[in-house]
Amino acid sequence: MRELTYNEAALEAVAEEMRQDTKIFYMSTDPIPPLLKEFGDKRIRATPIAEGALTGMAIGAAGSGFRPIVDWRQVTFAFVAMDQIVNQASKIHYMFGGQRSFPIVYRANVGGGTRLAAQHCQCPYSMFMNLAGLKLFLPSTPYDMKGLLKSAIRDNNPVISFESNRLLARKGPVPEEEYTIPLGLADVKRAGSDVTVVALAWLVHEALAAAEALAAEGISVEVVDPRTLVPLDKETIRRSVQKTGRLVIADEAGPTAGFSAEVAAVVTEDDATFAALKSPVRRVCALQVPIPYSPGLEDHVFPDRKRITDGIRAVLKGPKPAAAA
Amino acid sequence: MAGNLSPDKQRQMLRQMLTIRRFEERASNDYHAGKIYGVVHCYIGEEAVAVGVCSALEPTDRIISTHRGHGHCIAKGADLNRMMAELYGRQAGYCKGKGGSMHIADFGIGMLGANGIVAGGIAIVTGAGLAAQMEGKGGVAVSFFGDGASNAGPFHECLNIAAAWKLPMLYVCENNGWAAQTAAVATHAMSDVAGRAAGYGIPGVVVDGNDIFAVHQAASRAVARARAGEGPTLIECKTYRQRAHTERKGQPDPRDQAEVEAWLQKDPLTLLERKLKAQGDLDDAGWQAMEREVMAALERAVAFAEASPFPTPEQATDDVFAA
Ligand SMILES: Cc1ncc(C[n+]2csc(CCOP(=O)(O)OP(=O)(O)O)c2C)c(N)n1
Repeated sequence: MRELTYNEAALEAVAEEMRQDTKIFYMSTDPIPPLLKEFGDKRIRATPIAEGALTGMAIGAAGSGFRPIVDWRQVTFAFVAMDQIVNQASKIHYMFGGQRSFPIVYRANVGGGTRLAAQHCQCPYSMFMNLAGLKLFLPSTPYDMKGLLKSAIRDNNPVISFESNRLLARKGPVPEEEYTIPLGLADVKRAGSDVTVVALAWLVHEALAAAEALAAEGISVEVVDPRTLVPLDKETIRRSVQKTGRLVIADEAGPTAGFSAEVAAVVTEDDATFAALKSPVRRVCALQVPIPYSPGLEDHVFPDRKRITDGIRAVLKGPKPAAAA
Repeated sequence: MAGNLSPDKQRQMLRQMLTIRRFEERASNDYHAGKIYGVVHCYIGEEAVAVGVCSALEPTDRIISTHRGHGHCIAKGADLNRMMAELYGRQAGYCKGKGGSMHIADFGIGMLGANGIVAGGIAIVTGAGLAAQMEGKGGVAVSFFGDGASNAGPFHECLNIAAAWKLPMLYVCENNGWAAQTAAVATHAMSDVAGRAAGYGIPGVVVDGNDIFAVHQAASRAVARARAGEGPTLIECKTYRQRAHTERKGQPDPRDQAEVEAWLQKDPLTLLERKLKAQGDLDDAGWQAMEREVMAALERAVAFAEASPFPTPEQATDDVFAA
């Protein structure tokens, strides 16, 4: 099969959908050259640096029959648009009794590894998970990127496409034929029987590397990639943990009130899954700090395959005996 | 043109501009050599703005910068050693290696920080202007920002507040004609950002941002007005960045080569050097000595940076909260 980068797969998704539906248009502070070339400057708009306005204008255009895509580029730049995201986009369908739908895609790069320091390296998706009314996804492969982004563009809700900085140039197979991947469906990236690792984006690849190395020791690791954060495929996660009895959650974000906390709750609040647990759930997350610039510091802050491996070994040991009172 | 600036002061301004130029060249070089990480936005071609404005300030006045911040730091008097150490990601850097190129600050000299968010500094420095007004000692605050930032909400919100409250502020727009890969003409309905001042009832002036004396004069007037309690001024400096938006290799630069060439002919550093020579305030020997001294200072800065250790992993968790 031919290979595309994660970034190319996303562009292909946008271009294919734009060819099929003239209601789709695209706004970003710098236009993406191949899109501009194919669709012209009315549909691929170079905008002033005014993300709050763009984010809101997308809502108005969507409510008026268009299907806008707003490319915030780094998620960092979406923070100047928080009112439009939090108070407007996420609530407008519900608050107005479902009178209109608001089909919008917001694109945002997340994650570290770029040495760009605290403002440009962020994984704040759990802030958005906390809102009701936005769908969110974060793919780990070019294949998933394309299929999910196409579904997002066709979805009648505001959807945020989180895209991993670390994966933009990573290649993977993408078929020439048309396909989509539904939002809300997890993917088991590797089947295993001893431990479940639920991981996102770049950490899916780190988890797969850890799983491969541990296989040599006879440890069988299952890697589950939720792909979509909202709606979250709880069933696939629970089914996996019921099978393995052990769970490690790997996330490039910090642990506090994060995606990892949500997954831990999904597993432990379910009777059957809780009953299957042989060990406390472990989270392998970034340190809860703004991301520092200096390479050694940045690398220390983020989890990687080694820390995932440590997490797996810890859950295999099972619960530590409770200290005597 | 040079008004009442002494020859010494003019040479000092030239030296600062030269320092910025050579600092940026070194930063670019060391970035490509892999010693500086992430991203570097060079200020080359715009040096007359930072130096022209900062030379009209007192050390106690406060400024804020942008993602293109090295020039503002140097013009406000920052230490080259600690700047270079920050770019090198070392413990001795201004921000202990936590900030890097886009985030150098030196609060001790009234430099409230470079900023990775376009227009992210405008409100912060307007708060410093409010503080100066409340302190009542005649201090002023200066916001440096680009033409791109002038389209963002904080610019408009802050100009209004500063005008309504007569805050002692200078809003200095560095209009280099481009915001990353997007031309200012494509995103502004008016050719002059300064024209927007009228909407807030404050003076808006356009100056040749490559003519350091023009910049200095406009800044001096605005500073006098601010210190007298008459409120803010918007100064638009027409200038040009001579290099691509960032030093990253392979990024698109859609600018017309003829446009770049035309601006290279108006290089602010060369203009000042020629002026000082024409005035008889600088000779070739003096210029060469200045070059040598600036280069020596940069070599010292690099040596200082290289001698400083990288932060230890444990330091990643320092400074999340104040004591
Ligand atoms: C809120 C926000 N949106 C987008 C960006 C990405 N970005 C970084 S610099 C830049 C262009 C800024 O142009 P301008 O303000 O004119 O400053 P210049 O780079 O020309 O000095 C953009 C779009 C950002 N840093 N912050």
